[in-house]
Amino acid sequence: MSQIDAAAPKLKLTLSRDVTDVAYRLLAVALICVTLSLVSDAFLTANNLLNVLRQASLVFFMASGLTLVILTGKIDLSIGATVGLSACVAATMIKSTGSPWLGAAAAIGVGSIVGLGNGLMVTKLRIPSFIATYGMLWVAQGATYYYMSGQSVYGFPAGFRALGSGYLLGIPIPIYLMVAFLAIGYFFTKRTTYGQQIYAIGANTVAARLSGIPVNSRLNLVFVLSGAMAGLASLIYLARLNSAEGDIGETLTLPTIAAVVIGGTSLFGGVGSLFGTFIGGLILTLILNGMNLLNLNANWQPLVTGLIVLLAVWLDMKTRSKTDSN
Amino acid sequence: MSEGVLAQSISVLGRVPGVAFVLVALVAVFASMSPGFSTTPNLTNILVQSSILLLLALPMTFIIMTEGLDLSIGAVLTLGSVVLAAVALATGSLAVGFIAALAIGLAFGLLNGWLIAWLDIPPFVTTLGTLGIAQGLCLVITDGTSIVGLPSGLQFFYSGFFLGIPFPLVIAAIAYAVMHGILYHTRLGTYVPALGGNREALRHAGVNDRVVLAVIYGIGGLMAGIAALLLTSRISSAHPTAAIGMEFDAIAAVAVGGTQFERGEGWLLGTLLGVITIGVLRNGLNLLAMPSSIQVICVGLLVIVALFFDGMRKAHE
Repeated sequence: MSQIDAAAPKLKLTLSRDVTDVAYRLLAVALICVTLSLVSDAFLTANNLLNVLRQASLVFFMASGLTLVILTGKIDLSIGATVGLSACVAATMIKSTGSPWLGAAAAIGVGSIVGLGNGLMVTKLRIPSFIATYGMLWVAQGATYYYMSGQSVYGFPAGFRALGSGYLLGIPIPIYLMVAFLAIGYFFTKRTTYGQQIYAIGANTVAARLSGIPVNSRLNLVFVLSGAMAGLASLIYLARLNSAEGDIGETLTLPTIAAVVIGGTSLFGGVGSLFGTFIGGLILTLILNGMNLLNLNANWQPLVTGLIVLLAVWLDMKTRSKTDSN
Repeated sequence: MSEGVLAQSISVLGRVPGVAFVLVALVAVFASMSPGFSTTPNLTNILVQSSILLLLALPMTFIIMTEGLDLSIGAVLTLGSVVLAAVALATGSLAVGFIAALAIGLAFGLLNGWLIAWLDIPPFVTTLGTLGIAQGLCLVITDGTSIVGLPSGLQFFYSGFFLGIPFPLVIAAIAYAVMHGILYHTRLGTYVPALGGNREALRHAGVNDRVVLAVIYGIGGLMAGIAALLLTSRISSAHPTAAIGMEFDAIAAVAVGGTQFERGEGWLLGTLLGVITIGVLRNGLNLLAMPSSIQVICVGLLVIVALFFDGMRKAHE
């Protein structure tokens, strides 16, 4: 009983913080859009905006699972490598069997297995998540390179490619998927016991354990979900690129983490939301799109993404320490 | 009682010779499988190749002892190499290029330290961010291509000899001696484990823990700058992705060497053995014609196994 009493006000605070957080970030989206439409004629076209949303959807799929991991106060640095491995396994599966469904199963299966490996290292071997998943990054990347041995696989059935580049009623299909997963994710995190337990573990792991939450099994769950979502993202990526090479996932980890932290999910766990991550991915994509429209060389992308990550975390910590001291 | 003895012997057996066991086992395996392995030129080669890694792994040991991490060090090394080459070409002076590399390394190290110590941003995300920045700068400066045409005097630093000893080994030995001296014989060295194990107490003792952290990350950047000289000399050019990912080998060497990720306990000699272990592993797999992808997987598995035993030991205590 006392537990519920103690949890209630905290939960309320979190929810109201969510609302103001999202409001600030929507404001940032609006500002970026206004700026970009002033500096480039090509920005405010239906084509470009849909393209931004399509790219944002890919970031969202990778970042949504990661958001759950970060909500528990852990981290998954292996996301990019997981996407790469899943994409390559799925690609060869589709080529050899001709069945996109088997490819999809393979991608999500591989992602889940990698995620489970991460989870077990963290829960069973008690290795800190940043180092366990960092080791996994290299194992998965090495496995991808070995598996592909320098080859590339390309040319998939049109039905599969529609997943990444198809349209329905004039809107790219990945956007529908993103909206669907956003809705499912919202329900899962905010309206189910599982979701509440994930927030509780991040807010205070010891308290969560003492109040009877099966912490280890929930941690395994979020790592598996993170891997599975990376597998799903790899399918959409694959369908869009229509080819797979060993280095396909190499540059994806930093932007994914960027989306989550820009979206206001605290790296210390317990605070944040999937909707915030969606907005975070949108902000990042808008900035990169703007750089593109302004003909800024792609070589600037890692630099800008790195700066954005640091700025976002710093702003987040600053506002957090203010609200905490109030 | 017997459990205490057991735990103690496990902690002694698991800690001190753990990495030595692995090293001896690897040497035995490779020596028996590949005739080219246990020749003097090859063994010297392993040591020379390990010197660059040692320069990164030494400060990484300090950093990990403070419960920190530096994912940017490979990218900073690469940036140092790119800056060295670009400045040396522009000014015609290797010395100026080297000073520029040291400066950019130190600047990135201090930036990491400032972000971590003053802004309280978690180390892994700080250094992931600065990794992106350093990597981006490499690409922007070189436009994605190699910088070639460097003065031929550059080759001495990797291929030359000093009193009959390969020059990289001289640098590595000096670096080890200096870092050993700092860690075990100075006041700064006593702060390093305290930063990881008990930061509050350090603060109460009146130590400015932020400055100490900044100094430690600064040393890391500086060492990356020194390593840049060896790397650039080794490949006689600078390439924007030359040492990207080398931070993983450095972290692996520290982990295999028995330094703890969460308690401020570290062991510099272990790191030295860890570096040689990684060097032997990569060299041996190379001689067996294993692709670099297999090498990466093996290093990753080695880290996971090392951390697994680490976790078992923790469970015993």
